[in-house]
Amino acid sequence: MRILTTRRISQLFFFLLFIWLCVVATLGERWWQLRGWPINWFLQLDPLIGLSVLLSTHTVYAGLIWGVVTVALTFVLGRFFCGWVCPFGSVQQVMGYLGGRGMTFARRIQRNQPHPAQRVKYYILLFLLATASAGLLQWMLDTSQPGILRTILLVSVGALALTIIFKHLRNGRRAALVITLVIAAAGVILHLTQAQPLTASLQTGLLDPIALIYRSVTLVLLPLVDSPVKIVSETPRIYPSAGLIGLLFLLFLLLSLRIPRFYCRFICPLGALFGLLSRWSIWRIGQKTDGCTDCTRCEQACEGACAPAGKIRTSECVLCLNCLDECGHGVMTYHTQLSARGEQIIPDLDRRHVVAAMVGGLAAVPILRLDGHASANWRPDVIRPPGALREDAFLTRCIKCGQCMRVCPSNVIHPAGLQSGLEGLWTPLLHFRIGSSGCQHNCVACSQVCPTAALRPLSVDERMGRGRFASTGPLRIGMAFIDRGRCLPWAMDTPCIVCQENCPVSPKAIFTRTLFQPVRNSVRTVQTVAADSLVLEKGDLQPEQYGTGDYFCRIGDLRPVPIITNTHQKLILSVKDDLPALDRISGRTIDILIRLQQPYIDPHQCIGCGVCEHECPVQGRRAVRVSAENESRTRAHKLTLS
Amino acid sequence: MPNELQSQPFDRRAFLRRMTRGLFGVIGAGAIGFSFWDRKGPEGESQSSAGVLPDFSIPSLAGRMSVAHGDHRGRMVREAVGALGGMAAFIRPGDRVLLKVNAAFAAPPAIGATSHPELVAQVVRMCREAGAAKVLVTDNPINDPGSCFTLSGISAAAHAEGAEIVLPDQDLFEPYSIPGATLIRHWPVLTAPLRRVDKVIGLAPVKDHHRSGASMTIKNWYGLLGGRRNIFHQQIHTIISELALLIKPTLVILDGTLSMMHNGPTGGSFDDLKATRTLIAGTDPVAVDTRGAELLGKTIEDLPHLRMAGDLLSR
Repeated sequence: MRILTTRRISQLFFFLLFIWLCVVATLGERWWQLRGWPINWFLQLDPLIGLSVLLSTHTVYAGLIWGVVTVALTFVLGRFFCGWVCPFGSVQQVMGYLGGRGMTFARRIQRNQPHPAQRVKYYILLFLLATASAGLLQWMLDTSQPGILRTILLVSVGALALTIIFKHLRNGRRAALVITLVIAAAGVILHLTQAQPLTASLQTGLLDPIALIYRSVTLVLLPLVDSPVKIVSETPRIYPSAGLIGLLFLLFLLLSLRIPRFYCRFICPLGALFGLLSRWSIWRIGQKTDGCTDCTRCEQACEGACAPAGKIRTSECVLCLNCLDECGHGVMTYHTQLSARGEQIIPDLDRRHVVAAMVGGLAAVPILRLDGHASANWRPDVIRPPGALREDAFLTRCIKCGQCMRVCPSNVIHPAGLQSGLEGLWTPLLHFRIGSSGCQHNCVACSQVCPTAALRPLSVDERMGRGRFASTGPLRIGMAFIDRGRCLPWAMDTPCIVCQENCPVSPKAIFTRTLFQPVRNSVRTVQTVAADSLVLEKGDLQPEQYGTGDYFCRIGDLRPVPIITNTHQKLILSVKDDLPALDRISGRTIDILIRLQQPYIDPHQCIGCGVCEHECPVQGRRAVRVSAENESRTRAHKLTLS
Repeated sequence: MPNELQSQPFDRRAFLRRMTRGLFGVIGAGAIGFSFWDRKGPEGESQSSAGVLPDFSIPSLAGRMSVAHGDHRGRMVREAVGALGGMAAFIRPGDRVLLKVNAAFAAPPAIGATSHPELVAQVVRMCREAGAAKVLVTDNPINDPGSCFTLSGISAAAHAEGAEIVLPDQDLFEPYSIPGATLIRHWPVLTAPLRRVDKVIGLAPVKDHHRSGASMTIKNWYGLLGGRRNIFHQQIHTIISELALLIKPTLVILDGTLSMMHNGPTGGSFDDLKATRTLIAGTDPVAVDTRGAELLGKTIEDLPHLRMAGDLLSR
């Protein structure tokens, strides 16, 4: 079997596996639904996610340890993940093939030549890692933490990595020295003063290819494909910010028609990470000592634009192995030796750009946090899924992959637009007007699937405040407020209380107080009194107008009498005792009352599930709305004392 | 196709050819234009309604009711239906039967907010024994439909007995008007499963309902309504009485083995339930619900919709 066939089979296998894992992320009981399928496996294999979570939280959460396997294999094989596994890479490769059909040999060589802009992805990588790195830095400088050995180890590893990067830059050695000194000085000062000027934020997910393709497939493609066939969801899924996600995905696909693997070459921070790691890879693509005729056939099919015919750029090679297949002279090979025409093992990065990217990344987060969304200016309309950590901790973990939105059985979790600031783009928030119900209060699916524990895993007992958690009470994601200016019984003398009916907790968090409200313009003069009815002087009533069971007649100071129904001139009443004689009714006037049950929220019972908001019949802007007050994840948002 | 015209001699033949093409162009443009010409512009929302639903009741069995007591739903429903003549009196061999259960909430069966799976299973089994060719089970719940049928245990119970769950897909609704009704006018109703069957059985638990007083077999038909049906709570008694007009069922079964005494219709706690140990089967939903109201300690005075439904049906 040709090596290319093997590669294509591998790509197809991993692509289909990826699609399969997207499909089975459906809550249900059938074998093809969520029952232990490793739906996060691709995210976990992605070492960029593992590394950035390590930087932002100084921990590697659960399955993210899989990233070590990928890194280890990259040290041995090079960028195998890009060429053989990555589903987004495979999609782009197909697009590149389609775009290149019918092109001349010369044109194909031209579009696969190395381009200076391929360096951009390394700057993106450094920028993104720098935004996350404050978490680990802060932790290392923290004097309250024991373990000086661990700190020394981490500092040495960091210094080594920096030194290696800078060693390969022009004028890098001197810069490395200066930077190391500056960092050391800053470290000592911060350590002594215990100041915390840096803040971590995990923004890797914006451009990480695995998070990107998960998001694009589960929030855009799957709903599009599924809406006519209704296999994964009975009701068409809605995701408000999916438009931008889908258009970006489309843009990258179209760009790779023109330049093969456009995203891989210029943008992909994961590819950049693998590029840096492949510096040490044992096996790599290169030329044997002689035989090359400079025919450049290898370059017309090169996916990574790594110039295999000349001095090969090892960090750009995605291991597509097209050059091996194309080479008619048997010169190209995958071996452990140095390539005959030399290798450029580290990308040609500019020192100033590297420093700018890292400093920019470190500085960007404090600048973004000036909006105060994670502190005093917290947004009451940002309702995070159950299990979400406090906002600042949440932002150091969420990779915007959309798995929580995908798995939510009621389609109530949505990617944020700018509601939670630029930093919170595409992070999950709850939107109760949409979806098939509010947040089901006995469901913990989202917290269980979150690959980075931005939503920490909850048990049903913890969510409901039962068993071991009985003393802490149920988890609250917010609290409902009645808008008395829009509520039908409060503002419009109209019975309703759908919110009360649907409130799922026991005892209900919505209770009612009953009152009898005089109906507008309902005072009438009585002509005669019969056994169970009143005949009025004027016949101006609409027949059966008061026959809904909610209307009462007020006769003097008697208890209001229920109205059964009415004709033009007559009110038929539900009487137990006799009605008073006509001359006993003062002024012979009566009026009509409507019985209203007005809803109130009990803040001690409300868990913010939003079922009331979802069901409220005031459809535009709901008359009962959940706000982030009282959410369990932030003690400072507590509203009630008990 | 060449995109440059060569200079050619312009003779009579060329002139005629050009005339012909021109003529076809004029006719073609005119024909396309006229065939798509809309002189009136768009109209507002359509006010069409589907044809009237069939009457599923059996005239010879009208006005019958039986009451069974105990704790075992499966046995009680056999007794109660047996007293009415057995399921064979209602279901003919080859009939297709729809069970309208209450699956309104994504809650476990123990909470009592939904039809009990044991009862669903037994009724399906009885229909099959009577020779039913197919048994469908449906509801348009309040919470997410898939979750409701799964968590309530109804899905598993129905499948185990060979019934089919019909989830409330949007395509199964059609705008429907009840003749003589004021609220259910051009309103989306889950009619597709109703049009596919010969018999309809309603299966409801006894529950407290703060707005209407009680939720029993007539209120259970609310789960056939689609759209933003919550606006009907403004006239809850009127809508429930119209539901009695919407469906003329073959049989209704009211499960008061446990009754939800308060905090309804969702419940959520065992404290909300009381062992009332009663199951009522009958062909007159108003009578069945009137008897069921006693389990909640209520009378027809507390539930105006029962009187209103009786009035509407006797009109």
